[in-house]
Amino acid sequence: MSNKSLTAAELEVKLDESLDPVLSSRRTAAALAKALADIERAQQDFVLHWVDIIIKTNAEMAYQFAARAPEAFRLMPVPAIEEWVIHAMDVYDKQGLYPGCAALGQLRAFAVETAEAAHGIALEEIRHVLELFVQGLAGRPLKVEEAAETCTDTATLFLPARLHKFAERHDNFRLYKAMAAHLWAQTWYGTWRLAPGTSPLTETLSTYRDPEKALRLFHALETLRLNACIARELPGLYRDMQEVQRLSGEMHYPAAWKQAIQRLTSLEAGVSDSLALLPTLHEGEIPAPFCFQGILRPDRAQQAMQERLTREKELFREALGQLGGETAQAKPETETGTTPNPRQYAIEQLLDPDHPGQFIFRLLLDGQPVQPLADMRTLMDSIIQDLGQIPEDYLVAAGAGGYRQPADEKRPEDVWKGTYHEEGAFLYNEWDHRRNHYRKHWCVLRELDVHPDSDPFVARTLRKYHGVLPQLRKTFEALRGENKLLKKQINGDDVDFDALVEARADMQSGMELSERLFTKLHKFERDIAVMFMVDMSGSTKGWINDAERESLVLLCEALEILGDRYAIYGFSGMTRKRCELYRIKRFDEPYNEVVRQRIAGITPQDYTRMGATIRHLTKLLNDVEARTKLLITLSDGKPDDYDGYRGEYGIEDTRMSLIEAKRAGIHPFCITIDEAARDYLPHMYGAVNWTLVDEVRKLPLKVSDIYRRLTL
Amino acid sequence: MSASKNPASARAAESGEYLIKHEPYYEPVGEEVAVFEAAFRQQLPVLLKGPTGCGKTRFMQHMAWRLKRPLITVSCHDDLTATDLVGRYLITANETVWVDGPMARAVRTNAILYLDEIVEARKDTTVVIHPLADDRRVLPIEKTGELLTAGPEFCLAISYNPGYQSVLKDLKQSTRQRFVAVEFNYPSAALEKKIVRRETGVDEAMAERLVKFAAMTRNLKGSGLDEGASTRLLVHAGKLMSAGIDPRTACRTAIAEALTDDPEMIAAVNELSASLF
Repeated sequence: MSNKSLTAAELEVKLDESLDPVLSSRRTAAALAKALADIERAQQDFVLHWVDIIIKTNAEMAYQFAARAPEAFRLMPVPAIEEWVIHAMDVYDKQGLYPGCAALGQLRAFAVETAEAAHGIALEEIRHVLELFVQGLAGRPLKVEEAAETCTDTATLFLPARLHKFAERHDNFRLYKAMAAHLWAQTWYGTWRLAPGTSPLTETLSTYRDPEKALRLFHALETLRLNACIARELPGLYRDMQEVQRLSGEMHYPAAWKQAIQRLTSLEAGVSDSLALLPTLHEGEIPAPFCFQGILRPDRAQQAMQERLTREKELFREALGQLGGETAQAKPETETGTTPNPRQYAIEQLLDPDHPGQFIFRLLLDGQPVQPLADMRTLMDSIIQDLGQIPEDYLVAAGAGGYRQPADEKRPEDVWKGTYHEEGAFLYNEWDHRRNHYRKHWCVLRELDVHPDSDPFVARTLRKYHGVLPQLRKTFEALRGENKLLKKQINGDDVDFDALVEARADMQSGMELSERLFTKLHKFERDIAVMFMVDMSGSTKGWINDAERESLVLLCEALEILGDRYAIYGFSGMTRKRCELYRIKRFDEPYNEVVRQRIAGITPQDYTRMGATIRHLTKLLNDVEARTKLLITLSDGKPDDYDGYRGEYGIEDTRMSLIEAKRAGIHPFCITIDEAARDYLPHMYGAVNWTLVDEVRKLPLKVSDIYRRLTL
Repeated sequence: MSASKNPASARAAESGEYLIKHEPYYEPVGEEVAVFEAAFRQQLPVLLKGPTGCGKTRFMQHMAWRLKRPLITVSCHDDLTATDLVGRYLITANETVWVDGPMARAVRTNAILYLDEIVEARKDTTVVIHPLADDRRVLPIEKTGELLTAGPEFCLAISYNPGYQSVLKDLKQSTRQRFVAVEFNYPSAALEKKIVRRETGVDEAMAERLVKFAAMTRNLKGSGLDEGASTRLLVHAGKLMSAGIDPRTACRTAIAEALTDDPEMIAAVNELSASLF
C-alpha cells in the first residue's frame, strides 16, 4: 500500500460501493470523496475502515460519519475520534438512528468535551464509589444515575454525566462528592420528611405569589441547614464541600439573612424552620446557589416517597402479622370459641444515649419489647427516615392469614410481555469485536424453570444403559479416592515403625538418623464445583436433544457417586432482549425427582447467544466456594442468534465472555458434536479445552468419560 | 503446632506460664461475664459466637484472669488434626516419648482450653471434643490407653463466627448442642468509644469519629463488604494515630485496606473516613 493519498475519484469508487444503499441522485459519493481527498492517506484509510465497520450496523450512520470525518480530524486526535464514533454507536444501539446521527452531529461539542475530559471526570467511572459512599454515610441505600438535572427523588441521586468545571480532576471528583452528599443530606436530614399533619411541600409553595421563587428560597435555606448538619457530623466532608465552593466563588448573604443563618445552623433546626422563614425572606433577594446544590424537585420526591410509603406500610403491617403469628404460637389459646384479642403493637421512642437529640425506636408487642424480624429493622429505619416516626395506623398487623404476595411482585415470565421492560432481568455487556468495545447492558437475560415432564425418560435411559452403568459407576467410584496413609513423613500423627526400625539400623551402622519417622493421614478432598451449560437451541431438535438428555442422566448418576457439586442450566433465546436460561438443577438442589423430570422436560427452543449465558453462569459459579470451578458447555454448533449474533461477532463475544470467566478463576470446557468445531472452538476455548464427539449416539457415555478425565 | 516445641510448652503449662497475671482490659457488653462464671462453676462448656474482632479472645483472657486459671488457646486451622490436639509420640535416641497436645495438657492442668475459630478445624477434630463437652468430661487418649478425667476447674470454650455464609464452615448440631452459647456483637457506640480510648489513648473526639467511621463501614456490610470494621480494627487505627500517623492514613491502612481489596470499595471507604477527619 502506497502512502500517497487517494484521489477523489479513487475514493468515490470505494465509497460508492460501500455506501450504495444510502446514496441517491441528490446525495452522491462525489461530495464525500472530494472532502476526503484532502486528508492524509492514513486518515483516509481510517475513515474507510470505520465506514466498513459502521455499515454493518447502519448505512446512514456510516454516511454521516464519512461526511463529518474531515472536520473530526481537524478537531481531535485519532483516539478521540474513535471514542466519538463508539459513543455515537452506543447512542444508536440504545436509542435508534436519529439520536445516533445527532450524536455524530455533535462533533464539536464532543471535541470540546474530550479536550475537557483530560481533567474532567465521567459519572460512570465513579458511580459505584459514590453509591457506596452515600450508603456508608447513613440511611437507606440510594442509587446514583446520570441525568440532566442535579436533584433527587429520595430514592435515586441524579447527577450530571460528566463534570469538567475545574481544571483538576481531583476537584471535579470533589464536586461530584459534594453534590451526592448534598442530595443525600436532603434525604437524611429531613428536607423531604413529612411531619404528621403538614401539607406536602408543593402545596405550601403554591400559596406564594411566585412559587418558583419560593422553591429556590426554600432550597437556599435548606442548603444552609444541611451544610450545618454536615459540618457538625462530617467535618472532613464539609471541608471538601467548602473548598469546592471556594473554587467556584465565595458565597454572599444579604444582611437580612443573618438571623435566618443563626436559626438554621443551630443544633435543633429542622425543615420546619426553613418553612417558617419563607414568608419573611420571600420578598428579598436570594443568594446565588452553591455550586453543588442542584435543584429541588418536590414533585418527583413526593411521588417517589408516596409510592415507597404505601409499599412499606403494607410490608410493615405484614411483617407485624408474621411477628404476631410467631409469638402467638408459643401461647396456647385460653378459650375456644371466642376470637382472641388483636395483638397490641406500639412503638416506644427512647432518647439515644449515644446521640443527643436523636431517638431509638423500640417495637412493643402487648407492652413487651420484641425483637423485630430480620428485614423489619431496615423497614422501620426507612419509614422513620421518611416520616420521623412510625404512625399509629402502621401498627395494625395485616389481616390473619397466610403471606400475601405483594401486588407488584414481578415474575420473570411477565417481564417480556411488556416489551422492553427490563426489570427483574439481568443485564450483561456484549463484546463487539469490530468496535473493540463492549456494548453496555446489551443483553437481557432471565432465569426460567424448565417445565417438568412426567415422562419416565430417566428410568428409560437407565434401562437403556443398564449394561454399561455398573462399569460407569465403578470408574467413578475409583475416582472418588480414599484417604491415604503417608509414610516416612517429617511429622505426623503416629510413629512409622518401619521407618524407625530402618533408621535404627542405619544409625547402628554409623549413618545419620533419618528425620522421616512419622505417618500422616492424607485426607482426600475433592473440592470441585461444576456447571453444565446445555444447548437448548432449535437445532438440537430430535436425536441431539435425546442424546443431550441421556448424557445428563448418566452424568448425574456419575456425579452423585463422586459427590462433586454441580448445577445444570439450559440456554436458548431469541435476540439480545430475550436471552433465556433454563434452570434444570441449581447447585443447592439435590438430584431428586423434580430434577429428573426437568431433564425429561428439556425441549429445543430458539437460538444460542452464548456470551450472556456464560457471563451469567460465571456469576453463579463465583458465588460457590470451591477450589476448582468448571464450566462445561454441551453444544452442537457455533453461537448463533437472530439479530446478527453469528459468524465472527458471535464467536468473538463468546470468546471474550470465556476470557472473563477464566479471569474469575473458572475453567471453561466445551463438548461439541459439530464436526466443523475445530475451525472456531480452539479460538474460543483454547486449543485443549474442547473435545469433539463425532457420533451423536456416543455422546451420553462420552460425556461422563470426558468429565472423568477432566477432573482426574 | 510443630512437634519439636511440644515438650517445652508442656513444661510451660506446669510452671504456670499460661496464667495471666495482669488484668486484661475488658468492657462487658451484657451479662457475658456472669454467664461464663456460672457455666464455669457448673462445669458447662461455652460457645462464643460473634463476628471477628469483637472481643471474643480478649474476653477469654479476661475470664481466665478472673477465674485464676491458666488459659491454653489453640487457633484452629484446616490442617489441625485430632493428634495435634490430643498428643503424639515423639522419638528420641532410644525410645518413644509421649507428648501431650494442648487438649490433654489443659485437662491435666485444670486449665481453660479455648479453641478459637473451631469451624476452621477439620471436621473429625471437632468430634474429639465431644466426650469433654458433655457431662462425661473425659478425654480418652487412644494411643496411650489413658482416660483423662477433667477436674472441676477445667473449662472448655470454643469460638465460632456465624457470619461465614458457607455450608462448609457450619458447626454441626451434635457439636453445638453441647455448649452454652454466648453471643457477642460489636459494642454500642458509647461503649466502643470507651474501649477505643482506653486501648489506644486517642482523645474523646477522635475516638468518637473512629466509632462513627466503623458504623459507616458496617452500613456497607452486604453491599460489597463481608464485614464492617471490627472493634479490633478501630483499635489498630487508634494506635497508629497515637503514634503520630495522620488519621486518614491510619484509617486507610488499618481499616480500609484491611477490609477489602476491591479498589472501588477502598475508594468509597477512604472517602468515608475523609468525610470524618
